[in-house]
Amino acid sequence: MGIKVDRVNDILSSEKFKDLVKKRLVVSMTLTAIILIVYFGFILTIAFYKDFLSIKIGDYITLGLPIGIGIILFAWILTGIYTRWANQKYDKSVRELRNEILEK
Amino acid sequence: MDTVQSTLGQVNIASVIIFFAFVAITLAITYWAAKKTKTTSEFYAADRSISGFQNGLALSGDYMSAASFLGIAGMVSLKGYDGLIYSIGFLVGWPLVMFLIAEPLRNLGKFTFADVVAYRLKQKPVRIASSIGSLMTIVFYLIAQMVGAGSLVNILFGFPYEYAVIIVGIVMIAYVLFGGMLATTWVQIIKAVLLLSGATFLVIMTLAQFGMNPITLFEQAAIKYGDAVLSPGGFVTNPWDAISLGIALILGTAGLPHILMRFFTVPDAKQARKSVFVATGFIGYFYILTFFIGFGAMVLVGQDTVSSFDKGGNMAALLLAEFVGGQFFLGFIAAVAFATILAVVAGLTLSGASTLSHDLYVNVIKKGKTDEVGEVKVARIATLIIGALAISLGLIFKGQNVAFMVGLAFAIAASANFPSLLLSIIWKKFTTKGAVASIITGSTLAVILIILSPTVWVDIFHNPEAIFGLKNPAIISMTASFAIGIIVSLLTTENDAADKFEDEKLRTYLGIGAE
Repeated sequence: MGIKVDRVNDILSSEKFKDLVKKRLVVSMTLTAIILIVYFGFILTIAFYKDFLSIKIGDYITLGLPIGIGIILFAWILTGIYTRWANQKYDKSVRELRNEILEK
Repeated sequence: MDTVQSTLGQVNIASVIIFFAFVAITLAITYWAAKKTKTTSEFYAADRSISGFQNGLALSGDYMSAASFLGIAGMVSLKGYDGLIYSIGFLVGWPLVMFLIAEPLRNLGKFTFADVVAYRLKQKPVRIASSIGSLMTIVFYLIAQMVGAGSLVNILFGFPYEYAVIIVGIVMIAYVLFGGMLATTWVQIIKAVLLLSGATFLVIMTLAQFGMNPITLFEQAAIKYGDAVLSPGGFVTNPWDAISLGIALILGTAGLPHILMRFFTVPDAKQARKSVFVATGFIGYFYILTFFIGFGAMVLVGQDTVSSFDKGGNMAALLLAEFVGGQFFLGFIAAVAFATILAVVAGLTLSGASTLSHDLYVNVIKKGKTDEVGEVKVARIATLIIGALAISLGLIFKGQNVAFMVGLAFAIAASANFPSLLLSIIWKKFTTKGAVASIITGSTLAVILIILSPTVWVDIFHNPEAIFGLKNPAIISMTASFAIGIIVSLLTTENDAADKFEDEKLRTYLGIGAE
């Protein structure tokens, strides 16, 4: 497979490619912001509102337990959301653009 | 329950047998892998033949160190909830690896992350600077692992420290030298499966004592040691300290050379992505298990007994294993802990060797002009050099407090490797001088500030007061590294690099031209 050199600049300046680049940036930056807010929010809660995490939700169990374990699960779910988006949406556009630029 | 008896410190036959079985099996795999390890792509990247799922397991094998297994379980057993806060920091870096690094890294790089940083920039200065960041991260991480291996075996089997360091060193050199990335990957996969299944079994056996109800376990802990064990305690006393450590842990994960290198073993960006999903799942699951293990040890073994064997609590998981499963299970968990160190040091050594051979020898000294056979030969010599260095450092640092070195390795990774890697991927105007300045600033500041911090200045040098107040320097060194990288890039122009950025997009986003 070779590259159709004359098509490279067309593709790079095409709306479709720019759209792909922009979408990936938006998705990855949004997810990055979410995980950073959740994590540093958790750390700041511990620093300034420790009592919140000590609230009892059972005889002994504190709110901190489900929140802590929840953050671990949430981090994993976010990677799953990204993977699903990329597999279903992103890869499709990538395939289409690749087909336009690669010689069979 | 302070009268719990333990056979820790005596030779455990089961443990020795299981450990040597692990070594025998992994060496057999190395023999098989050696036949498939002739070209550079095979040596550094297992010929890109590893699947996303396999790589996810191998990544977790590379990342779940003995420190995170024994150390975090111990911390939980003595301090309760605070141990969980630490684990969360170690996990949260993974989504960032996924969203920012994994796919562009796979598409732009060849064998090392410096390939990506140097992609548009001038090879020689950038490779030299990146190698400094890489090698510092690797060496500090290696020292912590080797010293950990020596002490662990000393406590577990009663073997002298020096023997343990030499055994670990020689076996690890054998994996990398003959089997390259393919053997290293399989060692990590096997280790991950053993560690995950061992820890799962340990948790099941522990929960069986509490009617399979984790809530009962936590309640018993609170009844025995007070409500405080289920709430955040003294871990965060200074919020700046906590934020700085958090930055080091999460951005450091995205800048560890041996982790980044694993993304070159998969065939394409899609599999790179899948690797992170799988790795995050297994590592998260593992940290949840260590939380239960820590509480199990707290309740069943007792805090006094745990701290009587090791005041940091490092023996908690092993004591719990013996309590719920007897000597044989103790032997199994001990052998797994030791195998864990082997897999981690093999990954580190391969990564260090690839920096020496691929970045420094081939791209700086030979200016990219070498043949396949020559480069593989140099990579093997580099493996021997890094392996010998690891053994020597393990022996030199015997008995020293090296716990801070993992924190330092993460701080350098977050301050020297991560900023230059991210800027080179996302910022068109990034220049060679900007990259070099960023890396030098980040690594130098990380090292100087940690020496002046309470971790070294007070705990190791025994000065009454630290010159730099934070335990981890990342908040300063990472910010400075980004700031200097951006300022210097704006003050210099490199038209060549900016022009290539547009063409590079085909490769970053579409994978066209990716190796």
